[in-house]
Amino acid sequence: MYDPASAIKGKGAVFEAHPEHPAVKALADLATDAKFDRDELTITVARETIVAAAEALRQAGYSYLEDITAVDWYPSEPRFQISYSILSFSLKQRIRLVVRLDGEDASLDSITPAWPAANFYEREIFDLFGVHFGGHPNLRRIMMPEDWKGYPLRKDYPVEGYR
Amino acid sequence: MASTVEELTGLAAVDPGIEDVVANAARNRGNTPPSDQTMVINMGPQHPSTHGVLRLVIEVDGETIVALAPDIGYLHTGIEKTCEAKFYQQVVPLTDRIDYLSPMTNNTAYALAVEKLLGLEIPPKAQWLRVLFNELMRLNSHLVWLGTHAMDIGALTVFLYCFREREKLMRIFEAVSGQRMMTSYVRIGGLSLEPPRDLYDKIRAFLVEFPSKIDEYEGLLQNNPIWINRLKGVGYISPEDAIALGVSGPPLRAAGIDFDVRRDMPYSSYEKFQFSVPTSTVSDVWARFVVRMQEMRESVKICLQALDGMPEGRIVADAPKIILPDREQMKTQMESLIHHFKIVTEGFGVPAGEATSSVEAAHGMMNYYVVSDGTAKPYRVHMRNADYANLQALETMCKGRLLADVVAVIGSIDIVLGAIDR
Repeated sequence: MYDPASAIKGKGAVFEAHPEHPAVKALADLATDAKFDRDELTITVARETIVAAAEALRQAGYSYLEDITAVDWYPSEPRFQISYSILSFSLKQRIRLVVRLDGEDASLDSITPAWPAANFYEREIFDLFGVHFGGHPNLRRIMMPEDWKGYPLRKDYPVEGYR
Repeated sequence: MASTVEELTGLAAVDPGIEDVVANAARNRGNTPPSDQTMVINMGPQHPSTHGVLRLVIEVDGETIVALAPDIGYLHTGIEKTCEAKFYQQVVPLTDRIDYLSPMTNNTAYALAVEKLLGLEIPPKAQWLRVLFNELMRLNSHLVWLGTHAMDIGALTVFLYCFREREKLMRIFEAVSGQRMMTSYVRIGGLSLEPPRDLYDKIRAFLVEFPSKIDEYEGLLQNNPIWINRLKGVGYISPEDAIALGVSGPPLRAAGIDFDVRRDMPYSSYEKFQFSVPTSTVSDVWARFVVRMQEMRESVKICLQALDGMPEGRIVADAPKIILPDREQMKTQMESLIHHFKIVTEGFGVPAGEATSSVEAAHGMMNYYVVSDGTAKPYRVHMRNADYANLQALETMCKGRLLADVVAVIGSIDIVLGAIDR
């Protein structure tokens, strides 16, 4: 069974335990928090540095953006967690890059101009969570109808919808 | 064109697809205004060759595609939201409905993510059976792909032969799970049922016969001049673009990138199986056809290895608080009855944290991202399906080609709209 004590939490502890990890080296300056849990490395960066962090990871060999998604931690703040899952074909490992956003100002820079794979994923998060991606070439709803009110995957949106 | 819509109706064009395609076309031209040479064509959402409810808005100059924008969401049912209101074990039947051509692969991906959160050890027999059924699912999905792809191109006969073999697979799935399509066979911690006694013989009989059927399909298609002309050189994407757009699965391997999750980041004991990963460097529709045909042959090899080396033992992990007890035990032992009651009424708590699982589905890389807050219901479930990212690459593959090629390219990226819209 899973042992919670096996998780390494905090930037200092993770960077000490995995000093040779390519992602740790690449994000040494940009990381604000880190976690190594269940054999998965999660690195948190500030929202202003997301484009720089994505570029640094790409330079380190993490060339394949698999997935972007969000988690709504309502009612706690910072409310939104944007999780980027990035894979390296040569290193055969993936890393989770995380940005935390306040509910009041849920916006960050889009990485679509640098990484076209992000296009649909960012639109999906905009559509279902209402997080704004600045600089996205085509930020419109993708799943829900254009005139839909509200953001269905937010935790304060009822499962049955509004009737 | 957007301007024509405005003129005709007197209303501002609200059709998002058209705005999208006009903006894309403008970017392709270097932001010069649209010429009156081009025309916008709407394809779908009710179009037989879009494999579901996919709508494409295509700007053409004569017959040549200038811009193309997929408009999706017609099948959006909010499965990710529904998952948050269910117990962990109740999510399994929902995952069947994501990529409905390979339900057991979806089940496996979800189960792997939750097992990672729980830290569960899965017994070897369950892992081998998962491999066996994952590969049978790949055959199932590839058969539907080949049949419908060929039908789109105009070779109607192949469809009938493919569905003849698929029917045999369906019978196997029915024998093992009681369902033909929505199997829900793979569960958190193992599998739902012990396979019936004669099932292995049935599967073996199918597998021994199947390679000759692949020869038959190839005999029908490979030397057919229409098939060759419609496929060769169509839908090219460079390996750089494929990576940048997040393409995975057979289209990525056909572009010369030798990456397969089963081999490179093995799960469910795939590292114990010998198989090769077919690749090509041509990266057109034909290359994707060849790669998938070879993949079917490799899947047969994996299935036979799984049958030959099938370990003995239990099909579920030893975790009475998570896995429903055997019916016999439940009716005779008080403790099992309590566990059964607790699991059914309260579910089971999963330690807080987040986990990503990744499997190589028939369509490409399938990831499940599950976040737990420590309760019996998942805080967030997110499915990353290859279909969604592969669809993004459609415009790159089609641009500059003829309108009729779109049908061939859609067939070659093998999408299921259930997996895209979720």
